[in-house]
Amino acid sequence: MKIIQARRISQVFFFLLFVWFCIVSTVGEKLWQLRGWPVNWFLQLDPLAALGTILTTHTLYRGLLWALATVILTTVVGRFFCSWVCPFGSLHHFVGFWGNRRKSVAQKIQLNKYRKPQRIKYFILVFFLFMAAFPSVAASLQVGLLDPIPLITRSFNLVLLPIVDRSVNLTSVAGRFYEGVWVILAIFFTTVFLNLLIPRFYCRFICPLGALFGVINRFAIWRIGKKQLVLRSELLRRVANECINCKLCEKSCEGGCEPAGNMMRISECVLCFNCLDDCEENIISYQTQPSLAGEITNPDISRRGFILSLASGIFAVPAVRLSNKLGSNWYHRVIRPPGALAEKEFLKRCIKCGQCMRVCPTNVIQPGGIDGGLENLWTPVLNNRIGSSGCQLNCVACGQVCPTSAIRPITLSEKLGTDEFAEVGPIKLGTAFLDRGRCLPWAMDKPCIVCEENCPVSPKAIYTQECFNTIRDGILTIKKVSDNTIETIEDNLSLGKFATGDYYCVVEGDERRKIVANTENSIKISPDKLFEKIPTGGSKIEVQVRLQRPYVDIEKCIGCGVCEHECPVSGKKAIRVSAEGETRSDDRKLLLKH
Amino acid sequence: MSEQSGKKLGRRQLLIRAGKAGISIAAAGTVSYLLYDAKGPKTGVEDEEHVTLQDFSVQHRLGQTMSIAKGSDRVETLNKAIELLGGIERFVRHGETVAIKPNVAFASPPMLGATANPELVAEVVRLCYSRGKAKKVIVTDNPINDPASCFMLSGIGKAASAAGAEIVLPKAHLFKHTTLTGGRLIKNWPIFFEPFKKVNKLIGIAPIKNHHRAGASMTMKNWYGLLGGRRNIFHQDINTIIAELAMMVRPTLVILDGTEVMMTNGPTGGSISDLKRANTLIASTDCVAADSYGCSLLGLTVSDLSYLTKAEKANVGTTDYESLKPIFATVS
Repeated sequence: MKIIQARRISQVFFFLLFVWFCIVSTVGEKLWQLRGWPVNWFLQLDPLAALGTILTTHTLYRGLLWALATVILTTVVGRFFCSWVCPFGSLHHFVGFWGNRRKSVAQKIQLNKYRKPQRIKYFILVFFLFMAAFPSVAASLQVGLLDPIPLITRSFNLVLLPIVDRSVNLTSVAGRFYEGVWVILAIFFTTVFLNLLIPRFYCRFICPLGALFGVINRFAIWRIGKKQLVLRSELLRRVANECINCKLCEKSCEGGCEPAGNMMRISECVLCFNCLDDCEENIISYQTQPSLAGEITNPDISRRGFILSLASGIFAVPAVRLSNKLGSNWYHRVIRPPGALAEKEFLKRCIKCGQCMRVCPTNVIQPGGIDGGLENLWTPVLNNRIGSSGCQLNCVACGQVCPTSAIRPITLSEKLGTDEFAEVGPIKLGTAFLDRGRCLPWAMDKPCIVCEENCPVSPKAIYTQECFNTIRDGILTIKKVSDNTIETIEDNLSLGKFATGDYYCVVEGDERRKIVANTENSIKISPDKLFEKIPTGGSKIEVQVRLQRPYVDIEKCIGCGVCEHECPVSGKKAIRVSAEGETRSDDRKLLLKH
Repeated sequence: MSEQSGKKLGRRQLLIRAGKAGISIAAAGTVSYLLYDAKGPKTGVEDEEHVTLQDFSVQHRLGQTMSIAKGSDRVETLNKAIELLGGIERFVRHGETVAIKPNVAFASPPMLGATANPELVAEVVRLCYSRGKAKKVIVTDNPINDPASCFMLSGIGKAASAAGAEIVLPKAHLFKHTTLTGGRLIKNWPIFFEPFKKVNKLIGIAPIKNHHRAGASMTMKNWYGLLGGRRNIFHQDINTIIAELAMMVRPTLVILDGTEVMMTNGPTGGSISDLKRANTLIASTDCVAADSYGCSLLGLTVSDLSYLTKAEKANVGTTDYESLKPIFATVS
């Protein structure tokens, strides 16, 4: 088997494996559900995620140790990840190949040559790493914006899968929704279509992970290059193949590393092995010696460019934070999933991969927008208006799946504040606030309390107080009372309106009595409780509605948002959760401790 | 696409071109004529296909309408209660398809009693298959919380599947619009219909739970799970909607589980301390009667639950369960 066939098999295998992991990230026990599938494996293999979090937190979170394997293998065999494993790379590889397959050899050689802007990816890498590296200024992990593994993970999980799944409902009964992901979609397809312009456009010019591999590549033991011919006699040397400068090796070069040139660009080589296959003279080989033609081991970046991107990186974080979204101007709708770290620590770890949003069984975790600050983009935020039921009480899936522990893997006991956490109490995501101007029992004198019914806390965080309000035009004049029927002077009552079990009537100085039926000009009260003293004609009777008005006990409320999700005032909800009182940050507390 | 040189247009070409132009104009004109709408849309509401839920009830048998079995083991009390009504064979015939509608409203573990007990549901499934010789049993609900999570965490999904039932989750295409004759609220409203379309029998299973708005949640309130759409707005008139649901759904049998009763913090519960053992299980073909008896376990009377009298008035059943001469039994 040719080596490029092995490469193709590897690419297809890892791409399908990646898609499979996307599909099975559904909470459940079936074969096609989460069970024990290592759905984070690609993210964990990603050394950029590992390096980024090392720079911000000075720790390497458990699963990310896999990245070490990638780094070790890269230093031995070269930048294999790009052409053998990376699902994003494979996608670009295929589209670039397919889109340009009709071009002539000369055109292809031209297409795949090295271009100066390939250095941009190194600047991007330096920029992001220095954003992350200086805790004294402010460390912010933004590399996930362009890191290919989080990028393709969120593109597949938050855009492609939900669209495809609409027709089969394999991953969700009601279909999945993600707010504002058209931006993710636009970026994804732009990167894919750019391959028609230049194959592996993203890999060559943008990919910061590729840049990191490019830097590591200089240490690689094996590398691509022109063979050193070791031949005994002068005669043999003459008849042996020598490079005839046909440039065929650059025809399908995926990295633009110029194997035919005088100097092989080691850092750009993505180890596609196409040159090896294309070389008809058998000159190109995969070897430990440097290329006969010489090689450039370092990335093509100038000192000036390096310093500029470094400085921009350091400058960017405080610049972004001028909005003071981490201080007094924090955005109250940034409600983080249970177990999320305090905001500053959270931003040091979140790589915007969207795994928590994918796995969340209720679909309440959404990609954040920029109204919570630029750094908030695509980080997990709860939106109780989307999904099947706010944050589900008996669920901790998001923290279990988070590859960087931006959301800690908490236990149910910790979330609910039971067992050893009884003293600390449950994790609060925020607090529900009642909008009395919109709430049916408060503003419209209509019974409701759906919020109370659905509050999952015991004892409930939403409680009610009973009150009886005289309804509009509810003071009537009695004509005659017989048995349990009260005839009124007014003859325009709405038929049966007071028969719902929620209406009562009261004659001054008497007890309140439940109405069981009414006609246009009479009211029937419950026969269980008849008048002791029959009211006389001409006296007044008040029709009242019994209301249970909801209140939120902020000491009990955990901010799960089920009330907001269920509130029948469906536009702007009459009860809404905002992040005040969240457990994770001390400076957003609302309550005094007793 | 054809390419043309700069040559002068001949007569023949001109005629061909004019012909093509004529066809284009005729086609555009025809389409416009056929689709021409002088009035505009009427109400903006699409006409939905309307359905009616069939009547699943079995023939009335004097003295075998309701049975009440006392005991702590649900499987035993269930078997006893059904036996007293004439056995499952009375309700499920050979080769029939049965739908079971347990209360699976919340994503809550079984021990908290916010949902129907999984063992109880599984036993009903087993009875349908083993003694009722049912061809197929489905277990379905449209829960309040996330459906898949509800079936998973309540234990009902696993227990019912293990007993051989098919779990049907409330996918959007399974809802159809209905209008209840004589109803005021259920008008042109989506209900969870498709799973019940082709079944022969329907069995409801509900725990007895405190419910702040309605007073109590039992077998009649359990039919709330058949409503789709923005069903929460019906809480404005909870008694009427529960009564209308009881009018709409005519089950074969209902099972009201008062083995452990949720006395407080209902209908979600959330703590074992919200539950109280009452060791009672009721089976009935009359859900009004079952609920009228069941509410006593919560310390309520019929007059506390307006929906019971409303349903009685609509001839759904009787609140005077004593008149049915319920059969009492104790399982030791």
